[in-house]
Amino acid sequence: MRYAGLEDIELMHRLALARTISGEKAATGAEEIVVNGVLAVCDPLGGLYLPETGMLVVSDLHLEKGAAFARRGMMLPPYDTIATLNILSAVITRYDPKVVVSLGDNFHDRKGSEHLPADLRSLIATMARGRDWIWINGNHDPDGTVDLPGTCTDELFYGDLVFRHEPSLISGKGEIAGHLHPSATVRRREKSVRRPCFASDGTRLLMPAFGVLAGGLDLRHRAMHGLFDREALVAHLLGRDRIYSVRYANLIG
Amino acid sequence: MDIVETHSSGRDAALLPRPFQKWFAEKGWQPRAHQLELLSRSTSGENMLLIAPTGAGKTLAGFLPSLTDLTRRGKIPPGSAFTGIHTLYISPLKALAVDIERNLMKPVSEMGLDISIENRTGDTPQAKRQRQKLNPPDILLTTPEQVALLLANKEAERFFKDLKYVVLDELHSLVTSKRGHLLSLGLARIRRHAPHMRTIGLSATVSDPMDLQRWLVPQNAPEGEDPVPPAGLVHVTGGAPPDITIMRTEDRIPWSGHVSTYAIPEVYEEIKRHKTTLIFVNTRFQAELLFQTLWTINEDNLPIALHHGSLDAGQRRKVEAAMAANKLRAVVATSTLDLGMDWGDVDLVVHVGAPKGASRLAQRIGRSNHRMDEPSKAILVPANRFEVMECQAALDANYLGAQDTPPVGEGALDVLAQHVLGMACAEPFDPVELYDEITSASPYATLSWEMFERVVDFVATGGYALRSYERYAKIRKTKDGRWRVSNPAVAQQYRLNLGTIVEATELNVRLVKRNAQGPAKGTVGRGGMSLGKVEEYFLEQLVQGDTFLFAGKVLRFEGIRENECLVSNAFSLDPKIPAYAGGKFPLSTYLADQVRGMLADPDRWGVLPDQVRDWLNIQLERSMLPKKDELLIETFPRGKRFFMIAYCFEGRLAHQTLGMLLTRRLERAGSHPLGFVATDYSLAVWGLNDIGAMIRTGRLSLSDLFDEDMLGDDLEAWLDESYMLKRTFRNCAVISGLIERRHPGKEKTGRQVTVSTDLIYDVLRSHEPDHILLEATRRDAASGLLDLARLGDMLARIRGHITHRDLDRVSPLAVPIMLEIGKEPVPGEAHDAVLQEAADELIAEALG
Repeated sequence: MRYAGLEDIELMHRLALARTISGEKAATGAEEIVVNGVLAVCDPLGGLYLPETGMLVVSDLHLEKGAAFARRGMMLPPYDTIATLNILSAVITRYDPKVVVSLGDNFHDRKGSEHLPADLRSLIATMARGRDWIWINGNHDPDGTVDLPGTCTDELFYGDLVFRHEPSLISGKGEIAGHLHPSATVRRREKSVRRPCFASDGTRLLMPAFGVLAGGLDLRHRAMHGLFDREALVAHLLGRDRIYSVRYANLIG
Repeated sequence: MDIVETHSSGRDAALLPRPFQKWFAEKGWQPRAHQLELLSRSTSGENMLLIAPTGAGKTLAGFLPSLTDLTRRGKIPPGSAFTGIHTLYISPLKALAVDIERNLMKPVSEMGLDISIENRTGDTPQAKRQRQKLNPPDILLTTPEQVALLLANKEAERFFKDLKYVVLDELHSLVTSKRGHLLSLGLARIRRHAPHMRTIGLSATVSDPMDLQRWLVPQNAPEGEDPVPPAGLVHVTGGAPPDITIMRTEDRIPWSGHVSTYAIPEVYEEIKRHKTTLIFVNTRFQAELLFQTLWTINEDNLPIALHHGSLDAGQRRKVEAAMAANKLRAVVATSTLDLGMDWGDVDLVVHVGAPKGASRLAQRIGRSNHRMDEPSKAILVPANRFEVMECQAALDANYLGAQDTPPVGEGALDVLAQHVLGMACAEPFDPVELYDEITSASPYATLSWEMFERVVDFVATGGYALRSYERYAKIRKTKDGRWRVSNPAVAQQYRLNLGTIVEATELNVRLVKRNAQGPAKGTVGRGGMSLGKVEEYFLEQLVQGDTFLFAGKVLRFEGIRENECLVSNAFSLDPKIPAYAGGKFPLSTYLADQVRGMLADPDRWGVLPDQVRDWLNIQLERSMLPKKDELLIETFPRGKRFFMIAYCFEGRLAHQTLGMLLTRRLERAGSHPLGFVATDYSLAVWGLNDIGAMIRTGRLSLSDLFDEDMLGDDLEAWLDESYMLKRTFRNCAVISGLIERRHPGKEKTGRQVTVSTDLIYDVLRSHEPDHILLEATRRDAASGLLDLARLGDMLARIRGHITHRDLDRVSPLAVPIMLEIGKEPVPGEAHDAVLQEAADELIAEALG
């Protein structure tokens, strides 16, 4: 599957927002929703916070994507990991979660976590101090992480929710998944805006990709077919400094 | 009577071997003076530039030195040592290389010369390419990309060492682009393999021939050696002056717009009156619309075809073949038909929309009546009232022979990066030697050593301050100080990424049958006709059921399947989505100057149609017309808004940049600007506060507002948040080899290797804003997309010459741009507002 480049993703805004709110505790611009009876907060930085259990969920970090490309002869900037971790650090500071769950494709390739430079490694260690950290394995990094705090697993069942990388085609009840990098296009009159989004029909939720080089796939793409009850599906788009919630049927006005 | 013998006595006999003299005589021709001059000077060792109009026998002139030399040399006896190519011909179009092979083979076989001539393009089969390397032809006809490929090869020296002549066709169009930069670097390398080769440039008329004369020879002679003089110039003028008129119509000339549909009945009448008509337009969209409208009134069912770059190659070839066979009465075409090919018996060129540049007009008109001594016939069809003046100005310019081709410009850094990698693929290079070689190419003559080192570093590891990719380096410095490629895969990657033309990502458009019942996605049939390609970004905004104009049809968008866009016939005349694609040329500086001159001088209005003259006269009564070097600013209220119009005449790109910068300044001055729109002729800014009153009362100073210092901090600040640079960055990233080109069909098999360049751009800019690729992007944008040089020139010119008219209502001159407002979205503005609106609906729905 190929993720389209998002012309309108305002990554600079996410980077800037992470800078302005770092240290700030009150969550502004976030949106509260309910997934399978569990309260969840969609944050404009791209993380999902579950206040009842103190869990913070992020997905598709794709750390060391630049390095993964460099290994194949394309020298992408080596700054994507630090940029992604800075945003992650801001969202952790904001919620101070008990548990951090990273929903897979944590690294862009199998070699990523092994070759992670020491300073970035210690940055993750600092963030993980005083809390649990769970790495869900993804298709890019099925072997788990090397020398990093936390536990690696394929799936996690917790309360009424199940956390896995790829959405299940059998049952989506209470599922929090990643993998597909959902984004949505809103069109009003001549203008269209495309942003990454949380996508949920109240039964399952798909996480936006958190990594700064991760790109996105439109909710209308056929890979998304059959995952949601479209009548109930709402896209929670990542705006400049807040979440914008738009019903699926209303995306194209 | 033997013309050759009588006319050209001893000198020609010495120059032309016997078979040539005989051939000319049998044809009843004689060699033209410029052909002989080029031959004699080139043979005696000069590099040469031939400037001549179409139909002057340019091609034969360019090849005479090499054909005569090869004739004297004779065939290489079998069993001799390996001999490389004798002559290299380089053309910007592969179709032209193929065309020339045909045209050249004819005299060669008629003269019975034993000379092998072959072409080598992207379409040449692999086996033939291999054979060409082992057993090179005497004359190789090819493109700049193929030259780069041949040079990045270990056998390059062997292949090029015997080279005597390099013939460069359509040089004027090659040198101003990145392809020209790449070619100039290639020539520098060829010179190292074949120090005594001579260049022969063939060109249409250009504004500054010396630019090209210098381009053809090495710069920066090594110490102790004499500098190489610029190439000699043979300039053929004359030919019959073209017969150009401006279309007069029954219908009123529109105030604004670009499509000239008002004149279609008259255009159709002209098609009927002529044998074959070529109709040129400036954009693909205009081509589509015009073609469709022509067919709605084509009661005689005349064979009229469409030709533009997005159409399926097979369809284009069909049109070209039908054209050459004189089976068509008219072809609607964009710039894909601009260059050098011979298109049958075209006896009329219709140019729809203003030509935007006098040189382009001359080139296009040259397509009709391909014989130098007969006048070409052309009709210009202006799309709006400003274009009437522009057409008139272009018409004057063509008679004057004035030219406005862009300058050669400084060599691009992304191209240099590509070349450096190519040179490492050929053989390990010594950096000092390579630097000397590169700076002998005229576009890179002033490249600093530091910049060169940064480019080498970029090629090796990406050139980042954070040096984390050393172990993945593509090229490495060996103990003897030479740089070599790390592994063979790098060379493979180089070959796949070579070239300087970056196409927007495009999807194939396939026509399918629509199943009237259920949702089309699952039920549309497969295997319909392929119509051509459209850009992915355009498709992204479509939803199923949207209609748009393409390949002369109104199509209904059905969906995207794999790498194809599926469409069905819409059976409607009214496309819903206006396709606004690029490809619009900005007004040239020269022509802008002419239009300003005409506007300022009522004595010259006599030639203009009555409607246009009346329009200008009313403008004089209501407001004023600016003098030639004056900037007129009008302000007036309309509706609940206040407008400011600046009549700069500097082309759309420069105006867009000016608009971005002015709105920042007006924001600071407290006039609450809301938006702006730019055309080729003027710029309109509107806002909530009375800008006119602010100027009148001295709260806003126009000379401060238009001060050149806007190109300092304001520009930097704007670039920091601009979307416009991302497109430029993408091209630089591909050309420089930072990211791989997408190859159609390869996506499915390869691992997922795509990554958004927009995201790379953002990450790079926030972490290493001085990176060389960002530098390359800014330089590109300054000369291209942003047209900063032109804006700077204008700001300097108008300093102290700004005139303000504070009006109580819209002026006649302002009407065209006022009609543009709302047609074109202003980029980079109010994105979150769209989201807000959509989210509000959800809230309203929830509460309602």
